[in-house]
Amino acid sequence: MKCPLSVAVATFALGASLLSCAASAQVVKVDGSSTVYPVTEAVAEDFQKAKKGAIKVTVGISGTGGGFKKFCRGETDVQNASRPILRKEMDDCRAAGVEYIEMPVAFDALTVVIHPQNDFIKQLTIAELKKMWEPGAQGKVKSWKDVNAAWPDIPLKLFGPGSDSGTFDYFTEAVNGKSKASRGDYTASEDDNVLVQGVSRDKGAIGYFGFAYYVENQGKLRAVPIVGKEGKPAVAPSMEAVLKGSYQPLARPIFIYVSVKSLRKPEVKEFVQFYNSEGAKLAREVKYVPLPDNAYKTNMDHVAKMKKGTVFAGESEVGVTIDELLRREAKL
Amino acid sequence: MLFLAAFVSVATTLGIVFILAWESVVFFREVPLWTFLTDTMWTPLFSEPRYGILPLLSGTLTTSAVALLVAIPMGTIIAIYLSEFAPFTVREVAKPILELLGGVPTIIYGYFALLFVTPLLQRIWPELPGFNMLSAGLVMGIMIIPYVSSVAEDAMRAVPMALREGSYAMGGTRFRTATRVVMPAAMSGIAAAYILGISRAVGETMVVAVAAGMQPNFTFDPTEPAATITAYIVQVALGDLPHGSIGYQTIFAAGLTLFLMTLFFNVLGHLLKRRYREAY
Amino acid sequence: MAAIAPDRDPHEQKLRALRRLIASQKRWDLVFACIGVACLMVGVLTLVALFVDMAIDGVPRLNADFFSSFPSRRAANAGILSAMVGSTLVMLVTAVVAVPLGAGAGVYLEEYAPRNWMTDVIEINVTNLAGVPSIVYGLLALGLFVYQFGLGQSILTAGLTLALLILPIVIVATREAIRAIPIGIREGSYAMGATKWQTTAYHILPYSTSGILTGVIIGLARAIGETAPIITIGALTFIAFLPPAPIKAEAPFVSFEWLTSPFTVMPIQMFNWTSRPEEAFQANAAAAGLVLVVMTLAMNALAIYIRYRLRKNLKW
Repeated sequence: MKCPLSVAVATFALGASLLSCAASAQVVKVDGSSTVYPVTEAVAEDFQKAKKGAIKVTVGISGTGGGFKKFCRGETDVQNASRPILRKEMDDCRAAGVEYIEMPVAFDALTVVIHPQNDFIKQLTIAELKKMWEPGAQGKVKSWKDVNAAWPDIPLKLFGPGSDSGTFDYFTEAVNGKSKASRGDYTASEDDNVLVQGVSRDKGAIGYFGFAYYVENQGKLRAVPIVGKEGKPAVAPSMEAVLKGSYQPLARPIFIYVSVKSLRKPEVKEFVQFYNSEGAKLAREVKYVPLPDNAYKTNMDHVAKMKKGTVFAGESEVGVTIDELLRREAKL
Repeated sequence: MLFLAAFVSVATTLGIVFILAWESVVFFREVPLWTFLTDTMWTPLFSEPRYGILPLLSGTLTTSAVALLVAIPMGTIIAIYLSEFAPFTVREVAKPILELLGGVPTIIYGYFALLFVTPLLQRIWPELPGFNMLSAGLVMGIMIIPYVSSVAEDAMRAVPMALREGSYAMGGTRFRTATRVVMPAAMSGIAAAYILGISRAVGETMVVAVAAGMQPNFTFDPTEPAATITAYIVQVALGDLPHGSIGYQTIFAAGLTLFLMTLFFNVLGHLLKRRYREAY
Repeated sequence: MAAIAPDRDPHEQKLRALRRLIASQKRWDLVFACIGVACLMVGVLTLVALFVDMAIDGVPRLNADFFSSFPSRRAANAGILSAMVGSTLVMLVTAVVAVPLGAGAGVYLEEYAPRNWMTDVIEINVTNLAGVPSIVYGLLALGLFVYQFGLGQSILTAGLTLALLILPIVIVATREAIRAIPIGIREGSYAMGATKWQTTAYHILPYSTSGILTGVIIGLARAIGETAPIITIGALTFIAFLPPAPIKAEAPFVSFEWLTSPFTVMPIQMFNWTSRPEEAFQANAAAAGLVLVVMTLAMNALAIYIRYRLRKNLKW
């Protein structure tokens, strides 16, 4: 019994040493939101291939909050963020002497979906969505008829992300006017695939999540065109609509934050350059909406000029267009 | 030197209590203890936060109760069967299979409960919601069976044959011997198995997070969705909230409550064990 | 002698009552055996259902590519190489730390500890720790191992965190195993003039090994499937390279660099893949789950084999 064990150990060690490559490569450390993860992963993968393994990239999913904590301690080089940096995190970074450059990298189109056999909804206004989702609706708005008397009396089943997610924050701010203001009696889940399942199984269901999950499940769901402002036509979520700026207010930007200190390392600078040059193509691949090309160029401009800080003053905002974002003054 | 090894566990507890208490102080400065203990809604992350721990407690208690109703009887029966009735080969084959039940990652159990057990239950009760505590509890119970049965069976096997032979000599059947002689003799080990099972049920995270939904709901009805303390902690710790905000600090207050609850049950169990220990 | 009718013979009645009692007891025996088997089957069937469910989705995905590729955004290219290596290494560290600590603590509590209130506190403490949710261990480890001790977000930290997590299980199992040893063995050893330590080392430990292994099996099986605490201490999701090898070409030929390297583990990959929108990733997740279960089986099999050999020799 002792013999096979030592043989096994020796084989394993030999195998491991054959598989492993040189240990002294440079590493770019990225962490943060799981929403931004698919885009960063795509970039990291192609970047490593392009550099033939000379520069390595690692990506974690500690969440935007956990990621910022590590970022503001100087432990990561790049932070994936699905929302702008908040005041408390700005204070932490300032206290630790960490300076950063904020870069929008893509848009996520929040899609409102219904069951494909739901034939009475052709579009929804923000006011109607508010009636369904506002805190006052809890326990009171239980059927589609309660929202609009013209609609049939089918039970209204709501599905959405959990209250700790950035998607929840953004949607509630856009629809209910105040971030995190929402009714409590809906089916919440962190896993958007579960929400897809929920909506696709119930005729009276309505839910919201990121565009990528809708695209992958188009057979099971129907996206609802949203009337952004009174008098304007309803816009269905699509890459083009977001790029044009007509799918509002449910298009939200996602960001990366790059530490100024890390930018001094050549590998990090090259990674950021790669992100901006290939980001549009890769974002499209993972079903996020890319920014217009000049936006990426402006990002690199900001790196060259060291435009440090955030344009959001420590709070998140709804309905900001990309041009506005790029023009604003930044503050640390 | 061995004392140091034992001390590590004490040190761990001290560390955990310290962290939980230290971070909870921030929370309790904002929220009075009475509100925390009696409010019936837990929506700390909404713009109008409510900080009552009761919904999370009810979720934890209900799912654990369902799980234990499954795990303890079945685990005990299986332990008795394996140690007293089963032939040697059956035992040596069944025990590893059961241990494998405990080895499946909990996240797999979570999706199993959501995608397999819930639709199955929905065929019997069509109004069962997609997220409910019943299927989470059932799957959790099956998951805990090996904890209970393995440790209990080990304890029963350790009872000397002499005691059993005495009982057989008096004309007892295997069942009688098992329940009247072996179980009482192995009671401390069996109690240890139960306590381990209870602790595991209360501390389980992923199964309930995936299958019972994430919406805190003050109810003891297992057919409704609810959130447990553990699921809530994971949701926030890995989410998008900034660390240090009051929403984030809620996880420490919740964790502290859970810790004190399990401590209470453990002390109770310990005292009971003391009273009923048998010497042979 | 006049024959009394069987029905009225008190002797005969008592005999019949006795026979009925024995028959009903035997029936109970049989009934219970059936219930036992039924319960066992519930457990086994659940496992089979789980396995088959995963296999249907996952087996098509299992090919050499899957095992030798790194994570990728394209489901077809994504593989579990870094995750498998990471899981194995973390389990190694966990076992190396948890077994001596847990067994040592168990031996201390059973053999050496005085029966006073402090021992009671330690006992309650141990069982209480088994109920702490795993993410709390992650938060503790983040503050303690990663920041305080400066061990970084490495395999060493993960191993230590998981070792703390499964410590209660190992301790409880060790204690029960030691309690199971008949007092005759101890007394015999003392009678021969052995010291406490000699008794422990040469008699108690060898006989309780099978029980300790039960605890280790259950503990490691739990540890390999943990996701939340590992993410908290900084395990990665995308990592396209392996930790440095333990064997080096130049002196001193053994390196411990792999202990401090970044890593990922299998449950994290599964967790990530199940929440991706593309359908193909679900197959990846199922395949990863299958591999994880097989890895657990392999660990179990090794320990079970050892336990089987040891149990056969027990004769009391």
